Amino acid sequence: MATQAFQKIYTKLNQITKATCSVRASGVGNEELATVAGRLAQVVKIVDDNVTLQIFAGTEGIGTDAEVIFFGRAPTLKVGPALAGRFFNAYGDPIDGGPEVEGTEVEIGGPSVNPVRRKQPSDLITTGIAGIDLNNTLVTGQKIPFFADPDQPYNEVMAMVALRAESDKIILGGMGLSNDDYLFYKHSFENAGVIDRIISFVNTTEDPTVERLLVPNMALSAAEYFASEHNEKVLVLLTDMTLYCDALSIVSNRMDQIPSKDSMPGSLYSDLAKIYEKAVQFPDGGSITIIAVTTLSGGDITHAIPDNTGYITEGQLFLKRDTDISKTIVDPFRSLSRLKQLVIGTKTRADHPQVMNTSIRLYADAANAKTKMENGFDLSDYDERVLDFAKEYSDKILAIDVNIDTEAMLDITWELFQRYFERAEVGIKDEHMKIHWKKA
Amino acid sequence: MTKGIVKAIIENLVQVEVSGPVSQNEICYIDMGGVRLMAEVIKVLGNIAYTQVFESTRGLKTGNTVEFTEKMLEVKLGPGMLAKSYDGLQNDLNKMQGIFLTRGEYTDPLDEDSVWEFTPIAKAGDKVSAGEWLGSVPESWISHKIMVPFGLVGEYTLKKIVEKGRFKLTDTIAVLTDEEGKDIAVNMIQYWPVKIPIKSYVEKPRPFRIMETGVRTMDTLNPMAEGGTGFIPGPFGAGKTVLQHSISKNADADLIIMAACGERANEVVELFVEFPKLDDPRTGRKLIERTIIICNTSNMPVAAREASVYTAMTIGEYYRNMGLKVLLLADSTSRWAQALREMSNRMEELPGPDAFPMDLPAIISSFYARAGFVHLKGGETGSITFIGTVSPAGGNLKEPVTESTKKAARCFYALSQERADSKRYPAVDPIDSYSKYLEYPEVIEYLNSNINPHWVKDVIKTKDILLRGREAQDQINILGDDGVPLAYHDRYWKSELIDRVILQQDGFDPVDQSTPMKRQEYMLELILNICDTDFVHENFEKVMPFFVKLVNICKQMNYVEIDTEEFKRYETELHKEVEERSAK
Repeated sequence: MATQAFQKIYTKLNQITKATCSVRASGVGNEELATVAGRLAQVVKIVDDNVTLQIFAGTEGIGTDAEVIFFGRAPTLKVGPALAGRFFNAYGDPIDGGPEVEGTEVEIGGPSVNPVRRKQPSDLITTGIAGIDLNNTLVTGQKIPFFADPDQPYNEVMAMVALRAESDKIILGGMGLSNDDYLFYKHSFENAGVIDRIISFVNTTEDPTVERLLVPNMALSAAEYFASEHNEKVLVLLTDMTLYCDALSIVSNRMDQIPSKDSMPGSLYSDLAKIYEKAVQFPDGGSITIIAVTTLSGGDITHAIPDNTGYITEGQLFLKRDTDISKTIVDPFRSLSRLKQLVIGTKTRADHPQVMNTSIRLYADAANAKTKMENGFDLSDYDERVLDFAKEYSDKILAIDVNIDTEAMLDITWELFQRYFERAEVGIKDEHMKIHWKKA
Repeated sequence: MTKGIVKAIIENLVQVEVSGPVSQNEICYIDMGGVRLMAEVIKVLGNIAYTQVFESTRGLKTGNTVEFTEKMLEVKLGPGMLAKSYDGLQNDLNKMQGIFLTRGEYTDPLDEDSVWEFTPIAKAGDKVSAGEWLGSVPESWISHKIMVPFGLVGEYTLKKIVEKGRFKLTDTIAVLTDEEGKDIAVNMIQYWPVKIPIKSYVEKPRPFRIMETGVRTMDTLNPMAEGGTGFIPGPFGAGKTVLQHSISKNADADLIIMAACGERANEVVELFVEFPKLDDPRTGRKLIERTIIICNTSNMPVAAREASVYTAMTIGEYYRNMGLKVLLLADSTSRWAQALREMSNRMEELPGPDAFPMDLPAIISSFYARAGFVHLKGGETGSITFIGTVSPAGGNLKEPVTESTKKAARCFYALSQERADSKRYPAVDPIDSYSKYLEYPEVIEYLNSNINPHWVKDVIKTKDILLRGREAQDQINILGDDGVPLAYHDRYWKSELIDRVILQQDGFDPVDQSTPMKRQEYMLELILNICDTDFVHENFEKVMPFFVKLVNICKQMNYVEIDTEEFKRYETELHKEVEERSAK
């Protein structure tokens, strides 16, 4: 981010808050980038010649005589094939000791894709995890978050999904990532030998909070480059979006905006939509798929962050600890992939949709039976059978350590149906029963 | 024309110092070095006009010049809108260049060079007024009426009208003379400001007939009236959009207008992909040919979101005035309310509940009031049926948008998280939902004379069985399976039979996704007969397997066409099962 010669320097700040400062300047454009005493800042408000800047690294130690230099452009990223395999900070500067990346400079947070030019997502993404592939099938061009409590192994599961899914590039956007988690991702990618198709933009807990507002757009600008110019399948991992939203609320608070629900800015929905809607299937084969993490507080999905996220993303994945089998499973009730309808039964075996719905219905019956049992009521024969079914189904299908292909997942489920149930209890269309139901 | 200069920029709120008169809601263009950004005046204070910009303001500077248009935000109306996809400001999205949307690119909503076969309806010498039909052109399968411009006040004499023939949109097809003898040339295009309702009709009576949707839980249990209003609130994942898409595919309407307001782009892509492929049984053509899509997805500029629902409604009113049955679907009105909230916040207005603007209820109710069944000046009728979705924050129905909408809409289709979790789709809660139209005497009479004389009675009975079933289920859950009389199990499972066979519907199955009224009548009678039957169950353990078997047979029936051998075979099987268990 070198400055150019003959730029006008302003040195009279007339207001400093914890995250912003104001200066009198002319000819400044909205959202323009600047440095204040060497720290990166962005224009957020202009009233007459009074320009308000948000300083990403915070205003600690900034004096009223600090030098303000405007760049004449919005934040940019240099994109080119050389991005691959590299680690950057929130500003797109290398943090892996390597050289600056050569490439074309593009503005981050650019325009949206014209909806009529989008293609309908239709390529299956397989992960080997049956809780995802069978019940919540992912599709390229989809955007889906993990809703997880902080104690759940979401980073591990996400890394596993990223490595198993077939993709040309994996772009990690880390926001408020602890140094340990950052190193975890780095090592997993190195160990898997895929470092040359990874690109990381990382803001760790050691970096200033507001900086992380740049991370998703940096990651997505890089993704757009590979997906739109090179027609690659790009997988973008964003973790943790809750910490991103926290940064948004800090800035809006400093700007004296009236907070709406849960102290979040009133524009939270639009802010998140601008990020998630970058997920797209381009007409020429390239795609951007976003898998994000939104950490919850005590599993509360009515909080403004998960709530707004849920309305934007195409489903959500929940992890759950199943104490019966001592494993983490993909929660079949609360998880949902909205785009699965586009591939299941067509790109996968024809019986897939019905097998999925039936197994979940039976699993729900098991949950009811469990409540009955816990309340001390007698269990019927059917209750006993669904409970046994649910336990085995949890272990063989829902557990996150499962790694099999979709055919095998379907076959195992049919096997369980026949072991525990009668024909009428399953209630699947006759055309599928004829093929897969071997029992009399 | 008034000019101005940009004085302040706060995101998409731009203050403009003006040199002359400006009016509220006037459209202006901000020039930022060749790129012109469209904006709307939303407040005037002294010589400062507060404008909301319909595009990103990145790079905008104070000192940029502004040009005012003396016009409010308006739509361009004329033949050729069917099957088009517009953004919230009625730009034709297909005419835009490139994959990404370009700021400041505005495209023509109509094809001005297109030629249409015009047939006159009125003749020279006729006295005409706004909204009356001058002639018609065939547009796809509908007869598109060319009307006296809605903006003309008073009565006019038709001085001249062209003979039947082929004309361009911009060709003069008629000349009107006003009371003072001044001539007005009329072509096939007219403009109308979106925020103002088109009222060129005689009267708006109460809705009296039903708009069939093919969705059983609506048509049978809580029917929508033609010209009526309804809304679908539901937490995310409850199936609002899927339900709206089902309605749009099968509803008995001449024209469907879908306003995708601040929702997911991929959902709109689904319409783009599916509608050109799906057959429309009413017209024998493709579904897209009776559809207009207005899409302002969540990543498109926020201010245009508000405009998009008004654009959709105004286009609807235009077609209604041609005597058509229009169905307008908006998904989701909450996003529109949020757009209002964002702007109100930037204007530093005092906030109402949840930081929404204080006039939100008034805005919502006057929007819903634009729907309705109308008598036109020529004696024909037309209608706009409006169904909006609401996305309540946290799934909590006690929030300002849901509450305001509940006051305005007559039908309430509450989607329940619990039903969605157990995959009971469509997840419309049969007990919380209601249709006020079921209480209208004219609707009751219509139903009883068009379906069968005991229809409304049957519907009420169905609702009662469902309610009693839920009560029985509560008792079973509290007291345990063997702690309640056997009759409770029977009662609960009879309600389950209705739920699983009538209410639940597979939106992805080719047969089950849409049920004609005739079939709904047949199935309801069949199921109610079973519910009226006294069964002898040995003990409670025998109740569930029996009803599950019945449900299973009925579901197989739902998956096949009604006039087939297969259907009859299942029906015979069903009667046999019922017979075996019934008290002789």
